[in-house]
Amino acid sequence: MSFNMLVLTCLAYVIVLFVVASAAERAASEGRASWLRSPVIYTLSLSVYCTAWTFYGAVGYAARSGLEFMTIYLGPTLVFLGWWVTLRKLVRIGRENRVTSIADLISARYGKSNLLGVIVTLLCIAAGAPYIALQLQSISQSFTVFVTDPSEVGLTADPTLIAFWTAIGLAFFTIVFGTRTLDANEQHPGVVTAIAVEAVVKLLALIAVGVFVVWFVATGPADILSRIDAQALPEWHIQPGRWTGLILLSAIAIICLPRMFQVTVVENTNDQHLATASWAFPLYLFLISLFVLPIAVVGLELMPAGSNPDMFVLTLPLYLGQDGLALLSFLGGFSAATSMVIVASLALATMVSNHIVVPLWLRVRSTRNLDSGDMRLLVLSVRRLSISLVLALGYFYYIITGGSEALAAIGLIAFVGVAQMLPALIGALFWRGASRTGAALGLVTGMALWVYTLFLPSFGPGVFLTAQVMEAGPFGIAWLRPYGLFGLTALDPLLHALFWSLFLNALAFCLGSFLSFPSPMERVQGALFVNIYERTGPARSWTRPVAEAEDLLPIAQRILGASEAQSFFRAQAALQGKQGFLPDITPEFLEALELKLSGSVGAATAHAMLAQSVGTAVVSVEDLMAVASETAQIMEYSAQLEAKSEELTRTARKLREANEMLQKLSVQKDAFLSQISHELRTPMTSIRAFSEIMMDTDAMSPEERTHFAQIIHDESIRLTRLLDDLLDLSVLEHGQVQLNVAPVVLRELIDKAVRASNSVQADRKFRILRDRDPEALEIVTDAGRLTQVFINVLSNARKYCMSDDPQMQIKVRQRKGMVEVDFIDNGTGIPRDKQALIFEKFSRLTDEMQAGGAGLGLAICREIMHNLGGDIAYVPGQGGAAFRVSFPLVLQPRESQSKPAEEQTEAAE
Amino acid sequence: MEKRVLVIEDEPNISEALRFILKREGWRVEVSADGTAMLGQMQADPPDLLILDLMLPGLSGFDILKSLRALDMTRDLPVLMLTAKGQGADRAEAERLGVTRFMTKPFANADVIAAVREMTAP
Repeated sequence: MSFNMLVLTCLAYVIVLFVVASAAERAASEGRASWLRSPVIYTLSLSVYCTAWTFYGAVGYAARSGLEFMTIYLGPTLVFLGWWVTLRKLVRIGRENRVTSIADLISARYGKSNLLGVIVTLLCIAAGAPYIALQLQSISQSFTVFVTDPSEVGLTADPTLIAFWTAIGLAFFTIVFGTRTLDANEQHPGVVTAIAVEAVVKLLALIAVGVFVVWFVATGPADILSRIDAQALPEWHIQPGRWTGLILLSAIAIICLPRMFQVTVVENTNDQHLATASWAFPLYLFLISLFVLPIAVVGLELMPAGSNPDMFVLTLPLYLGQDGLALLSFLGGFSAATSMVIVASLALATMVSNHIVVPLWLRVRSTRNLDSGDMRLLVLSVRRLSISLVLALGYFYYIITGGSEALAAIGLIAFVGVAQMLPALIGALFWRGASRTGAALGLVTGMALWVYTLFLPSFGPGVFLTAQVMEAGPFGIAWLRPYGLFGLTALDPLLHALFWSLFLNALAFCLGSFLSFPSPMERVQGALFVNIYERTGPARSWTRPVAEAEDLLPIAQRILGASEAQSFFRAQAALQGKQGFLPDITPEFLEALELKLSGSVGAATAHAMLAQSVGTAVVSVEDLMAVASETAQIMEYSAQLEAKSEELTRTARKLREANEMLQKLSVQKDAFLSQISHELRTPMTSIRAFSEIMMDTDAMSPEERTHFAQIIHDESIRLTRLLDDLLDLSVLEHGQVQLNVAPVVLRELIDKAVRASNSVQADRKFRILRDRDPEALEIVTDAGRLTQVFINVLSNARKYCMSDDPQMQIKVRQRKGMVEVDFIDNGTGIPRDKQALIFEKFSRLTDEMQAGGAGLGLAICREIMHNLGGDIAYVPGQGGAAFRVSFPLVLQPRESQSKPAEEQTEAAE
Repeated sequence: MEKRVLVIEDEPNISEALRFILKREGWRVEVSADGTAMLGQMQADPPDLLILDLMLPGLSGFDILKSLRALDMTRDLPVLMLTAKGQGADRAEAERLGVTRFMTKPFANADVIAAVREMTAP
């Protein structure tokens, strides 16, 4: 068959895959994907486990070591048969947390640590690149084997060139179907369906070759079994120790391999699919391994000595002239290789972009103006770049190693590499005490040991490790020899590396976890992962929200503040290409919102709040505990703050009040002193001026002299009265006044006051209207003081009542043990705006007022009435000026005096 | 011609004392307690000197001084301000408003006469 023919066949096959994948993508996007999401497709997609290594290499393995190749299938079979132990939990956790890769799962479990994400990604790439190289190698080998025409081999079938174009082609396919859109669940129905088709092709091809070998080359099963017995080599002897190690290794690999994680966990849509796969996938493995030993035996028998047993599946049909069968076999191998490369590069690219490139880019970008609008495109571009990068790495590994290694060896090296994730992964699922520090320590320890004891030596002596180091250990330290670490030389290199790397990895993981304290985020995630089944109800994540953006906005506003919440929502809406600030409730949005909220209220609280609002996950006890502890801390802190702030507010208020009081007092004191100064200086001015005049003036009439002396005399009296008033006021204000409380008849007091006030402007006619009956009231009070008040009120009326026919009405009334005496004149009254002022010291309404004094009269009256347990008030709306004097019928002496005394002691303090 | 002095003072005894000592000095003395009314009169017929109390009913001495200084006829009228309040702030305010002399009550008659002579010296 010509090389070109073969290339065309491959292209045609790939085009068929394209059509299948496109149809599946379209069906999925139109929601007609029920048949895609079936257990059968899921199980078939799991067959990416069976790579070119399985297809070609297993026969080679069997030819060299007999049944040992079975160990590679026994491990996965055991894992799937016991699926409910690990896989079920892994799948549930993966789906509920929208895990995108194994790196994502480990990073999420350990407090969303990106450091772990980076470590796991690097480990997976280190282990994955050789594995991809292996596939490229097998494809190019199968090409060269197939093309029999030597002239063509020389011209066009250069193995590295074939590998190169294969890598390009696969990169193209993966990019087209793996990065078409950015799906939150990282599910790729197109790819999965294409993989399922390839799974069928490779199984059919291997069975076809097997059937041909058993029934057409040999004469049937009995014949084949006897040929196997005849062919059995000494090396085929079963080594129980090695078998145990290899079964364990392959069991670990089926869980940890990035591509297996991709199809098992990430692409899983339903728990039930896993239940089906738990028996169907072991069945597939059984079928695909059924004819391995027969083909190997027949190949060893028939093929010329020196033939590469790794290629028996292809070379045997060719040798026997079965070109059609050979072509099918070729397509089977091609399928096995391409499906692995596609899924592996997809899985690795997701890790590279999510854990390395995007975080780096964001860190670089964060210093600049972050325009989040182009994130989707960016992530897709990074994915595409990462896919190309992963395939390029595989290609370069292939070039460097020259494709000389036996296929199985490379596969097993990769297995040991990915196995290093096991402690962290198992810890993530089953041990709440597992911590980020432990996981990082374990991973780094295991990775270092794997690289030193297996990966670097695999390049052969002289490439990375010299033969000297391999034989005698670095610097001649024997117990550091890569194949004989700590003096353990009894094991073969593979098991030696597996033992030391996993043992020390697990040890570091446990010690690190015991010795470090997990962050709140880790504790929350730990509880969520380990107790995944304890959450009742249907397992749902953010994928099926029932809340609307309108419901979430108020929550966000409450926590973030209105403006920040709105701008966040607007930005998220813009990210989805929407106007306004109500984005669609997508999982990405909820995740972003949770993250945003967790910055303010803590991760557990944010998650629980959204879970409640969105109505998905039922919040577990652990969630609530975590929330409670967060809340308790916050509450305690805020209670302290509140108490402090209240105390501060109280103190500040007291200070402010005290300060205001002092200011008021200070202003009052200044005004008072200023007033007193004025009131004292005014009469003194007259006294001084006239006494100087009398001293200076020689010629002065006796009338003048008498007049001036009279002025001096009057002003002196005014001065004395002012001082008396001031002293009186001071005594009254401080409650130091001595009251002479005695029974007295009110009428007598009023009579006395009227008589006394008659002297004021005595020339003016002033009528006083009284109702004498109610006045006949016996009261108990200080008669002198009360009379003083009455006189003051009456005198004021005489002075200020400007009526042509001035008159005053005095009304007495008794009310609830109080006596009210109203003095109402028929003047113009006191303007409303002045009514509140008249009882203040030195208040003067008109210039005439000062004729009677310094404006202390009503202030003194008020103080007297307070001392008498009563009051004096202006009564508006009575026609003229109206004052109401009220006081108790019987004054309790203690009451009236004890209260001001208290005030005084308080003031003294 | 006899010089005229206007005394705006609401305390009758003080205006009487001022009237006496100024008259003795040869001034023709007018006395009023109503500054508002005098403000208009002074524009028509400004005196040679004004003695102004600070604390007055109605317009205060400051108000009157301010108005006087704003009007043409009395812009340069010598004004002696007398006050019983006697606080530093009042003196500063009076000077700001353009008072000619500022004295506190009680005053020595001789000081008033000396100030008046000084203010009206040619």
